[in-house]
Amino acid sequence: MNKQKKSFVSELLHNQMIIPIAAILLLVIFNLISDPSFFAIKLTHNNLGNPILSGNLISVIDFGSELAILAIGMTLVTAASGGQDISVGAGVAIAGSLIFKILRGNENTPAELHAPIILAFLAACLAGMACGAFNGVLVAIFKIQPMVATLILFTAGRSIASWINMNANIVINDQTFAIFGGFIPGIPVPTPVFIAILCIIVAFLVLKFTNLGLYTQAVGINESSSRLNGLNTTLIKWVTFVILGLCVAVVSLIKVSRTGQLNYNGIAKNIEMDAILAVALGGNALSGGKFNLGASILGAYAIQFLTTTLLKLKISSEALPAYKAVVVILLVVISAPTVREKLSRMANKMKSKKS
Amino acid sequence: MNKKLVIGLTAAMAMGAMGAANVMAEDLIYVGIINNDPSESGYRDANDRDLKATFCEENGYEADFFYSMDNDEQQSAAKQMIQDGVDYLLLSAAGTAGWEGVLQDAADNEVGVILFDRVIDADESMYAASIVSDMAKEGDTAVEWLAAQGLEEYNIIHIQGHMGSAAQIGRSAAVDKAVEENDNWNIVAQQTADWDGEQAQQIVQAAIDAGDSFNVIYAENDGMAKGAADALDKANISHGVDGDVIIMGFDCNTWALEELLAGNWNYDGQCNPFQSSYIDEVIQKLEAGEEIEEKTIIMDEKGFDAATITEEDVATYGI
Repeated sequence: MNKQKKSFVSELLHNQMIIPIAAILLLVIFNLISDPSFFAIKLTHNNLGNPILSGNLISVIDFGSELAILAIGMTLVTAASGGQDISVGAGVAIAGSLIFKILRGNENTPAELHAPIILAFLAACLAGMACGAFNGVLVAIFKIQPMVATLILFTAGRSIASWINMNANIVINDQTFAIFGGFIPGIPVPTPVFIAILCIIVAFLVLKFTNLGLYTQAVGINESSSRLNGLNTTLIKWVTFVILGLCVAVVSLIKVSRTGQLNYNGIAKNIEMDAILAVALGGNALSGGKFNLGASILGAYAIQFLTTTLLKLKISSEALPAYKAVVVILLVVISAPTVREKLSRMANKMKSKKS
Repeated sequence: MNKKLVIGLTAAMAMGAMGAANVMAEDLIYVGIINNDPSESGYRDANDRDLKATFCEENGYEADFFYSMDNDEQQSAAKQMIQDGVDYLLLSAAGTAGWEGVLQDAADNEVGVILFDRVIDADESMYAASIVSDMAKEGDTAVEWLAAQGLEEYNIIHIQGHMGSAAQIGRSAAVDKAVEENDNWNIVAQQTADWDGEQAQQIVQAAIDAGDSFNVIYAENDGMAKGAADALDKANISHGVDGDVIIMGFDCNTWALEELLAGNWNYDGQCNPFQSSYIDEVIQKLEAGEEIEEKTIIMDEKGFDAATITEEDVATYGI
């Protein structure tokens, strides 16, 4: 009996999912105490007369979509290469810029789109995957530390993005184009939520029905033994970067569609840091190896929950980063494997003392 | 034999070309222009295009351009330009510090230094003129316009730019002052969106979700104003002329002025990127041997009202 209990507690603490769930629960409790109306969800209509849901919770799952999608790719990259891609935001700028380049024709404020959106999106996918492939080659073949390898695009990416459109100041006010970052007419849930769910489902299916997950972990845990066992470690590492590139492309479509504008230096700024944080919050070792995709995704929503909570509290701009830092430090420390190890040992001790 | 002839001809042609260039260079005023990278913003891009249009051979100039957002790179390029023998050095510095060496070099070589857009930490005697925007005045102009709207109550969502930037400090100060002085002016939310439209959208969305009532959105650039307007559209809150919420932006992007023209926004404040005519004037004065009396030249900057803006304004002032 006692033994069973012990294992339950330590199992709970060992379960990676517990950390992001705990983080979200903490934020939920905090908001319940400070202002329960935080959780109110209303059905209203937008200026076009379409029904939409609005409320803080909707904002969390809406604005958290991009981060959740990026967390998928970032988790795989982290697991396989034992490092992180910091060029994600720059990649979003490049892919987004390409989408605008194709849609705008030669006008800065096109009255109508000059190409089908699907074509622009496919081009963005290619661009995103090309960025990923470039990073992947540096990491997998030239064995450059991922953060250093991706520093190249991190530095140059936004200049490339502005070069694609020759720095044009573009605004696309098209109702169809706005769907991807807004609402499908008649459906009150924001489209990015559906896109994120779709990406998550695809990711889980791929992990379930292919060996990608297993191989990725194997490479991350011990590269040379994986190679000796006949795995193409170079290819596997490279593929994870390409997958992240695809995630970047999807995110770029949502981002540029949200407000129909593109700020080459501002779009998706610092999103790579939040994506890495999501992976860390998910309790995944940043040095690679075993990973839990679901935990990373929950971590992403936890971060957006925090952002939305801080916005709701109307914390002044100067203080905002400090607040965020404090919460992040707390969460990351708690989710660190060593701390969890200690906690579970403490829990076990307490249990055994009682008996 | 044939080969030799070709080489000789080429050499002769090259000499001739160089000679021609030399002759031309004597008539032209040689300026070195150091600027921030045009990809920085629409403002910078408009600024760069304006400089290129003015400092060209037709106007009697020969210009070398150098772009960097790095102070050190800018400084070494400046020293190189001085060595190359420019007559004037036009400078929009990435950072304010560390320019003493360059200014001393310029003084030793009798190169006139004209600052534009950005100021640096240096004594006024070290440069010929400084042509700048007064961001605080931009804010004051906007707030004066807002006060003149005669609302009973001002409940403002204030979306700030990148904290600590000159534009943010100047444009925020005016709002802060008005809120402090007037009892019927209130801040509903005051947060930074780092010049980014999507973050602005989130800020306004959060205010809507919280059920706050507000009637003014004061965004410190056009992109953020658009993000805010998108959030309002989503919640079916009317804005612009005859709307429930006044929308104010800055920078006068062409598309933003079109929003004004359509009555979707109410106000857009100019941040004048067209410094080249002012610089040209200074250079012509210096060439004529005149003194520049007031070294700091503040440019005219307008504020556009949706009620009075014309198609012509959009064409002239849009960037």
